[in-house]
Amino acid sequence: MFKIDKDNLLWNLVFVLIVSSIVYFVYYSTKKVDYIWRWERIPEYIISKEKVDIRAPFAGVLTFEGKTIVLSSKEGKQTLKIDNYDETTISDKTDVYEGDVVAIQKKYKIGPLTEGLWNTLYISFVSILIAIVIGIITGLCRISKNPVLKKLAITYIEIIRGTPLLVQIFIFYFFIGTVFKLDRVTSGIAALAIFAGAYIAEIVRAGIQSIPKGQMEASRSLGMNYFQTMRYVILPQALKRTLPPMAGQFISLIKDSSLVSVISITDLTKAGREIVSSTFSPFEVWFVVALMYLILTSGLSFLVQLLERRLAASD
Amino acid sequence: MISGNVIIKAENVVKIYHNGVKALKGVSIDIHQGEVVVIIGPSGSGKSTFLRTLNHLETINEGKIIIDGIELTNSKTNINKVREEVGMVFQQFNLFPHLTAMENITLAPRVVKKMKKEEAEEIAQKLLDRVGLGDRGGSYPSQLSGGQQQRIAIARALAMKPKIMLFDEPTSALDPEMIGEVLDVMKNLAKEGMTMVVVTHEMGFAREVADRIVFMDDGSIIEMGAPEEIFKNPKNDRLKQFLGQIL
Repeated sequence: MFKIDKDNLLWNLVFVLIVSSIVYFVYYSTKKVDYIWRWERIPEYIISKEKVDIRAPFAGVLTFEGKTIVLSSKEGKQTLKIDNYDETTISDKTDVYEGDVVAIQKKYKIGPLTEGLWNTLYISFVSILIAIVIGIITGLCRISKNPVLKKLAITYIEIIRGTPLLVQIFIFYFFIGTVFKLDRVTSGIAALAIFAGAYIAEIVRAGIQSIPKGQMEASRSLGMNYFQTMRYVILPQALKRTLPPMAGQFISLIKDSSLVSVISITDLTKAGREIVSSTFSPFEVWFVVALMYLILTSGLSFLVQLLERRLAASD
Repeated sequence: MISGNVIIKAENVVKIYHNGVKALKGVSIDIHQGEVVVIIGPSGSGKSTFLRTLNHLETINEGKIIIDGIELTNSKTNINKVREEVGMVFQQFNLFPHLTAMENITLAPRVVKKMKKEEAEEIAQKLLDRVGLGDRGGSYPSQLSGGQQQRIAIARALAMKPKIMLFDEPTSALDPEMIGEVLDVMKNLAKEGMTMVVVTHEMGFAREVADRIVFMDDGSIIEMGAPEEIFKNPKNDRLKQFLGQIL
């Protein structure tokens, strides 16, 4: 992310100095409010080991064959071998009843933060895909010569850009969601996709209009129709040019997805809120939540950069 | 020389731009199959506009244009079908920058004529050889010189096997040393019997290759005739003045 060259060593030192003094300031201010840091409580909300009881499905005698526990019923009709356990407290040749705990298995359990991260990723990914489709179609309508398409596109874009996303989410959930019987995740995804679609439409429009008129003329003069020209000539070039603003829009969408927590979708933000209310460790939790968003957004910009580099072959 | 059927017929073509400027004031001409017509004239004379009406890149307000028996102005005409028959080469090349030279040439045959990739590439390779760029199929337009780009553009137009080729100042955007290579390709095309309409300022090319020269000024055809007549014995004063300025 940061390249260090020798000529700017001094300025790099200044950078490090400023950053470390900010970190110290944060540390110092938390000292002043007597905050007790309990970082050790955070990992269990990301991933935890859970103990699962293994119970005897029928009464019988337990014997050990090496590490394997063998349970055989009194009449010798049924036998059961258990070897996927982590610890056991029972000794050899013990009588057990049906339902007794014979061993304990440790399983990894995904914590609520990871679950929230996954939900945020899922909601963002699906709404980005839908937003791209909405954005391209609306962008094309926006530059259409047909007044109906053009005015519909402008109205949609203006309404969406002129109202807060939070209000749109409420409208989607309480009004549209109720009318069409949508569940909360669908409402949330729809609100985000329609919101981002309006912005992507403007990006697509600008991208298409930045392509020289000669491209359309050359393509049409070869006998290709309007849609073939858009599909094979104009859009590939326009989308390549719009990749940087598009990436910015996607990153915004990931961050804006935190607003769907208001309609009780357990995304990363809602998970954070729930954990704060049970641990009373808001500092640690929100730092971790912020870091997780940062991982998502920087991962996305990295992917877009890779894509840009691949598409740069023709430059 | 002029023996074939009439393949382009323009009758009293009038073009008025949105701002009210009358770009074409009733242009009529018959162009025969295999004929090479060069349109000359000062800038703003409507020569490029007229050329662009021939494949409907410019719509016309009055008059009639008939290409190979099909009336362009008829609303029932499938304009894309007509455009398949009429290749066009532009001043700014207008190659598709995101595609290689090979892909530029094969795109329209594959998309419009639903040709298979292998077949389209075979044809494209022959065309690349023909314009002297047989080894540059994999290059992107940005990796080619202006002259090479324009030759690819000609190959791209030829890939649709057009009956007519329109050239809109094909050498005007080129460095002087690259003009020759493009004109050579055009000369060969003329020799092979292609019907060509060329807007150009290259008088040498006009004199050598044209069957007929059309002089346009102020949206009208002022004079037309064989190169000999036009260059040696111009009748109209404006033509005399124009030739005096450029020769």
